[in-house]
Amino acid sequence: MRGCIIFLILFTFSCFLPHSSNPQTPPSPPTDIKVFDTPNDAGRSVTITWKKSLEDTTLIEYEILRFTDPDGEGISAGKVSLGTENFEDKEVEDGVDYFYLIRAIAPIGFSDSEQVGPVRSKGQLYDTSRTNVLIGVMIYSFLLLYFIYSARKGKELFVRKIAGLDAIDEAIGRATEMGKPILFVPGISVIEDVATLASLNILSRVARKTADYKSRIIIPNRDPIVMPVCREVVREAYLSQGRPDAYREDDIYYVTYSQFGYASAVSGIMVREKPATNLFLGMFYAESLILAETGASTGAIQIAGTDAVAQLPFFITACDYTLIGEELYAASAYLSKEPMSLGSLKGQDWAKIVIGAAILIGILLTTLNITFFTNFFTI
Amino acid sequence: MRRRVPLTITFIFGIFMTLQFFVPHRVSQVIYQEILKWFIIIFTFSLIFGSLVLMRLHSIRIRRRTSGWGYSLVTLTSLIGMIVIGFKTGIKEGSLFMNLFNHVQVPLEATMFSILAFFMASAAYRAFRARTVDATLLLGAAIVMMIGRVPLGTFLWSGFPDLTEWILEVPSMAAKRGIMIGVGLGVISTALKIILGIERSYIGGGE
Repeated sequence: MRGCIIFLILFTFSCFLPHSSNPQTPPSPPTDIKVFDTPNDAGRSVTITWKKSLEDTTLIEYEILRFTDPDGEGISAGKVSLGTENFEDKEVEDGVDYFYLIRAIAPIGFSDSEQVGPVRSKGQLYDTSRTNVLIGVMIYSFLLLYFIYSARKGKELFVRKIAGLDAIDEAIGRATEMGKPILFVPGISVIEDVATLASLNILSRVARKTADYKSRIIIPNRDPIVMPVCREVVREAYLSQGRPDAYREDDIYYVTYSQFGYASAVSGIMVREKPATNLFLGMFYAESLILAETGASTGAIQIAGTDAVAQLPFFITACDYTLIGEELYAASAYLSKEPMSLGSLKGQDWAKIVIGAAILIGILLTTLNITFFTNFFTI
Repeated sequence: MRRRVPLTITFIFGIFMTLQFFVPHRVSQVIYQEILKWFIIIFTFSLIFGSLVLMRLHSIRIRRRTSGWGYSLVTLTSLIGMIVIGFKTGIKEGSLFMNLFNHVQVPLEATMFSILAFFMASAAYRAFRARTVDATLLLGAAIVMMIGRVPLGTFLWSGFPDLTEWILEVPSMAAKRGIMIGVGLGVISTALKIILGIERSYIGGGE
C-alpha cells in the first residue's frame, strides 16, 4: 500500500516536469550559428557551422535555409544528417549577400535557429594553409640557387662516387664490343613526371656515348608523348657528337599504353634482340620485376634507377646496379660534371641537413610536450 | 632561337604551375583546367602519331622479312583489326570490340601479371642467399616477415605478428622515409633546374 502511494506521487510529479524528449513538442533549435566565406578556396562557397540541438539524437535531419533577403522566403541549400555541425553551400554566387538559418527537423515539428548573415563568398588569391610549403620551397630554392651560382664561380665541389652511374660507360662499352644493342627503358610514366624527365636527362648522356661508340640504342616507349621527346633527345645527342648518320629513328618507337602489354613487348625485345645492356631509368610500377628478371635471364648488364620506393627491392635484387631514389635525379649532374648542375647537388645535401635538424628539434620539443613546431609542418 | 622558344615556354608554364599551387582563385583554376585540356589534345594526337610509328615499323619488318617478322604481322593485324572493328561495331558493352577486349586483351594482361609470382620466387631465391652480412640480415627479416604473416607464425610464437609490424613500421619505414625525403628534394631540384633552363638535356642540351 505504501509503495503504491509513493509510485502515484512520483508519477503525478513527473507529469508536471518539462520533458526534453516529448515527441509532441518541437526540438530545441541549433545554436551558435556561424557563417563565413569558405577559406582558401576558388570562391562560390559559404561555410555554416552550428552547435547541434539538445535533442539531436531524436531528430531526422538538419536543413540549411538560404535567404537573399532577410525578410524574404528562404530556399533549401541542403540537408545533413543528425550529429552534423557544419555545411558547405557551394551553390552561391560571389559578391552577393546571403543569410542562413538551420532548421532542426524532428518526427513531429521542427524548430528554426536564429537567422545569421549577411555573408559574401569570394575566391582567395593565396592559400594560407600552404604557407609552410611556400616557406620550405623558398628556403630550399634559395639554397639551391646559392650553391648553383657559387659553383658557377669555379668553386670545387666534391661528389661521392655513384657506382651505378660509373658503370654506364662500362656497360655501353661492353655492348659495343659484343656488337649488341643497348636497351633503354624510360619508365612507364608520363612526360610531366619528373622521374621521366630525369630519365631523359640521362638518355641524353647515354646517347652521346652510343653515338661515339657507334652502338645501337633501342628505346621502346609506353607513353606516346615521351616517344617524340626521346627521339629528339637522341637525335640532338647524335648531332652534337657529329654522328647524325648513325641516328636510327626506327629504334625509338611507341609500343602500347597497356602496362603489362608494354612489359610483354619489352620482355620480347630482350629475348629476341639480346641486348648486352639494359637501362631501366624512370618511374616503374608492378612490371619492374618482369622486366628486370627477363633481362637478368638474358645475361645483360642491367642498370636500373627509380624513385618508386616499392619497386626498388626488385631492381636491387635483379639488376647489377641500382640508382636509389635521389641518385636518379643526381645522375644528369654527375654524368655531365657541369659545375652548375653539381652545385644543385650541394644544395640538396644542405637541405637534408636542414630537414634532419628540423626532425631532431621536432622530436625534442614534442618530448617536452611543445607542439607548435610539429604543428607548423602539418599540411 | 631554336633553344630559346622551348626554354621560354618551359619557364612560363613552370612558373605558372608553381604559383597555381598556392593560388586557389577561380581564374587560376580555370587556366589550370584549360592547360589540362590542351594536354589531353596533345596526348590524343601523340597517340595517333605513336600508332602510325608502330604501323610503319612493323610494316618495314614484314616487308623486309626480318627475324621475328611473324610477331610484327600479329601486332599489325591486331592493331588494324581492332581499329576497324571499333569503328564498325562501336565500343559499347557487348559489342565485338568490347568482347575482344574483355576476353583477349584483359586475360593476356592478367597472364603477364600472374607471371610476376614466378619471377618473385626466382628473385627471392637470388636475394636470400646469405653470402654477406647484408644478405643474411635480409634473409632473417624475410623469414620473420613470412612466418609472422601466416597462422603458423602465431602458433609457433605469439610475438611474431608484433615483430613483423615492428619491422614494417620502424626500420623499414625509416628507410622508406629517408629515400622519400631524398626523392622529394631531387624532384624540386630537377624541376627548378628545368624551369630556370639550367638543365637542358631533355631538349638535347647545348647552349
